[in-house]
Amino acid sequence: MTPLLGSTLKSGAPGGPLDTQWDRHKGDLRLVSPANKRQFTIIVVGTGLAGGSAAAALGELGYNVLSFCIQDSPRRAHSVAAQGGINAAKNYQNDGDSVYRLFYDTIKGGDFRARESNVYRLAQLSVNIIDQCVAQGVPFAREYGGLLANRSFGGAQVSRTFYARGQTGQQLLLGAYGSLMRQVDAGTVKLFPRREMLDLVVIDGRARGIVCRNLVSGQLERYAADAVLLCTGGYATVYFLSTNAVNSNATAVWRCYKHGALFANPCFTQIHPTCIPLVGEQQSKLTLMSESLRNDGRVWVPKTPGDTRAPEQIHEAERDYFLERMYPAFGNLVPRDIASRAAKHVCDEGRGVGPTKLAVYLDFADALKRLGEEVVRERYGNLFQMYKEITGENPYQVPMRIFPAPHYTMGGLWVDYNLMSTIPGLFVLGEANFSDHGANRLGASALMQGLCDGYFVIPYTVGHYLGGGGLKKISTDDQAFREAEQRVRATVKRLLGIGGKKTVRDFHWQLGRILWDRAGMSRNAAGLTEAIEQVRALRQEFWENACVPGSGEDFNKSLEMAGRVADCFELGELLCRDALQREESCGCHFREEHQTADGELQRDDERFAFVAAWEYTGDDAAPVMHREPLRFETVHFTTRSYK
Amino acid sequence: MTAPSGRRAYTLRIWRQAGPDQLGGFVEYRVGGIDPDMSFLETLDQLNEDIIQQGGDPVAFDSDCREGICGTCGVCIDGRAHGPLPNVTTCTLRMREFPDGATLTVEPFRANAFPIVKDLVVDRGALDRIIQRGGYISVNVGAAPEANLMLIGKDTAEAAMDSAACIGCGACVAACPNASAALFVGAKIRQFMLLPQGHVERGHRVLAMAEQMDEEGFGNCSNHGECEAACPKAIAIENIAALRREYLRAAFGLL
Repeated sequence: MTPLLGSTLKSGAPGGPLDTQWDRHKGDLRLVSPANKRQFTIIVVGTGLAGGSAAAALGELGYNVLSFCIQDSPRRAHSVAAQGGINAAKNYQNDGDSVYRLFYDTIKGGDFRARESNVYRLAQLSVNIIDQCVAQGVPFAREYGGLLANRSFGGAQVSRTFYARGQTGQQLLLGAYGSLMRQVDAGTVKLFPRREMLDLVVIDGRARGIVCRNLVSGQLERYAADAVLLCTGGYATVYFLSTNAVNSNATAVWRCYKHGALFANPCFTQIHPTCIPLVGEQQSKLTLMSESLRNDGRVWVPKTPGDTRAPEQIHEAERDYFLERMYPAFGNLVPRDIASRAAKHVCDEGRGVGPTKLAVYLDFADALKRLGEEVVRERYGNLFQMYKEITGENPYQVPMRIFPAPHYTMGGLWVDYNLMSTIPGLFVLGEANFSDHGANRLGASALMQGLCDGYFVIPYTVGHYLGGGGLKKISTDDQAFREAEQRVRATVKRLLGIGGKKTVRDFHWQLGRILWDRAGMSRNAAGLTEAIEQVRALRQEFWENACVPGSGEDFNKSLEMAGRVADCFELGELLCRDALQREESCGCHFREEHQTADGELQRDDERFAFVAAWEYTGDDAAPVMHREPLRFETVHFTTRSYK
Repeated sequence: MTAPSGRRAYTLRIWRQAGPDQLGGFVEYRVGGIDPDMSFLETLDQLNEDIIQQGGDPVAFDSDCREGICGTCGVCIDGRAHGPLPNVTTCTLRMREFPDGATLTVEPFRANAFPIVKDLVVDRGALDRIIQRGGYISVNVGAAPEANLMLIGKDTAEAAMDSAACIGCGACVAACPNASAALFVGAKIRQFMLLPQGHVERGHRVLAMAEQMDEEGFGNCSNHGECEAACPKAIAIENIAALRREYLRAAFGLL
């Protein structure tokens, strides 16, 4: 299946030396005067680290901000669940870190499939994020002398990760949420909780508003604006079971895709190595155990396949600490994609542990001996408690059992250097865009990107867009709003009218199995081709046989989920198409046909050093693939090695 | 895995209420095929699957992260907010805690300040409005000084983190006979009381937040301590003591 080819995309980055690009670019951006800012209305969809920080920062500047979230409070967005930490190139540890090093680690970690200019800016701004968060009162971990503490994360040989116990995402989000609520009090931001964006309104080719469903009353509501910011997170729930929240979804992003926003690299989906293994079919989600645990935990399986003895009966010499063996330079701290594949590999060999044999040990016995229980508790106490609650086992006494699970999606809507999508006025921030992590995200970099986009990039670039003028007066009575509402109403009616027998959860579960088996940690052309057919068939069956109870007129969780799952079928298909066209292995994307003799990734920089950005052409039509060539002017392609 | 094999069955007495102004009541359901390793909310998922397949109206309940950090979920099980275990949210509570065949009574978090939306879902917007009045440090983006210019002792940071760990679920309010939000407010007040960044606004903060707490219709604290017992994040009652000290200091110049 050869994709239809479209045009060549340009990032709009200013070029020239990387270290001065952002400064030069800022100098060229238009400004909006303080008195004029309040004339502009900006819609921000989502209140996680990207959306919360963007809405707060824009409110502080004096824009009129409308902030939407599906949760009952902006403080609950799924950024809250990020555990381990946030990277910043402060070099407080004097261990050789620098902006360049963080930039390089991120480019290399992403296996040379991210845009140099964006990543460099991210590394530069990382230091400001920490300053901002400390000023907000985020209680980061400290040394005895009162200075900020750091720990190590995967894919780096320096300690640059700042953390607040195992609740870093929560603390950063509460910082952003506090700033947001301060602006609500000041009257610059208006909150709209329990609203789900179900369509984008495009007028004269520009994003000018949204239609959303009030999740309590069921009413459809129209909101007009001068710009729309999507900060709605990733699409890992396409796999059904993932570490995402049960309400995390890609619907807002998908509806924008259908309006012509390009979707970039949908096949770049991160499978996180350290999650609590699946126990049964009724399970609703998988729980992450922070990557920070790999600082002190050692990953192993028995050397002999089929060894069913309890871990304490397996002698040291009979254990295979496979990450340390395979990747001596980085050991247990190799990047996520590599750790996940290695875990899958040893389980495929029959050396998996636990009742399902789909797990490996993460063992703290050495750390407990070396550091004592007190220190281990201080570092990971809440994670150990969480593990115990879920599994009923005490990780201070027996090794944790872990297995990879869908966690984060590097792909997302294509954006230029200003974070604007291919629809003028539609900006995309955080996990919802594609821009900074290439084919694999390093640990502790998602929080960094969300806050960087929201606090430090968008306040400049959205001003540039608004300052460009040409935005005519509109009203929510305009035809485009009426049509958008009609579309949403029709979809709601269609979902409620299917009248079938199978629950939405059943469909979602089936879709997840197809994608996990064929477009998960390991992919091949035959499997992907088959998956596309299966997903299409399942989508058809959904629209004939799904059972969506209740009405559209009140609080109806089943209806919400039905709409999201309906979009997941289409997104799942695009994910497979993208994986199929990318005939190379890079980062998270392992194509079995493209591997070295020792089973490592075989990248093809000649043919695939580009961003694949897909254009919607119809529900049943083949999408068109546009390309943004990736030019590496500062770093050079190398084979990523962590040995 | 130590979990006993074999599926279990339960009787769930669940509060059903179509909307805020409608009469509610308990409805009894049987749910079977429950794996002891399943969470309490997965049991409700299973019940809803059964109800949907029989053409009924599924039970509305809130949840999101399902790992105990977002604070979205929360019901009272047999009269206890988040169920019988200490330091656990409803979503991380496992069925192995309940004997096979048990009858469990499931209610929403009840409080005047938390109007019922539907069934087990309540509106906790009052907590956001309290934070809105001052539960933050007023610092605009871009103006922050270098982070390490400010030294904060490790013990101070850890103590502030103990308070900052609040997930805003409202279990403290549901557990309190007065439906007081003193623990929720106290946690935010103590976090910023301990950290030097919070000192500039401490007086205004505590007065404004306390005022909003009263306006929202939360009751007063009378030292029952139920909040501390129900809190899934072990927020200690000393946070309420801190709230009082800060209030006295700001209102009367005492302490």
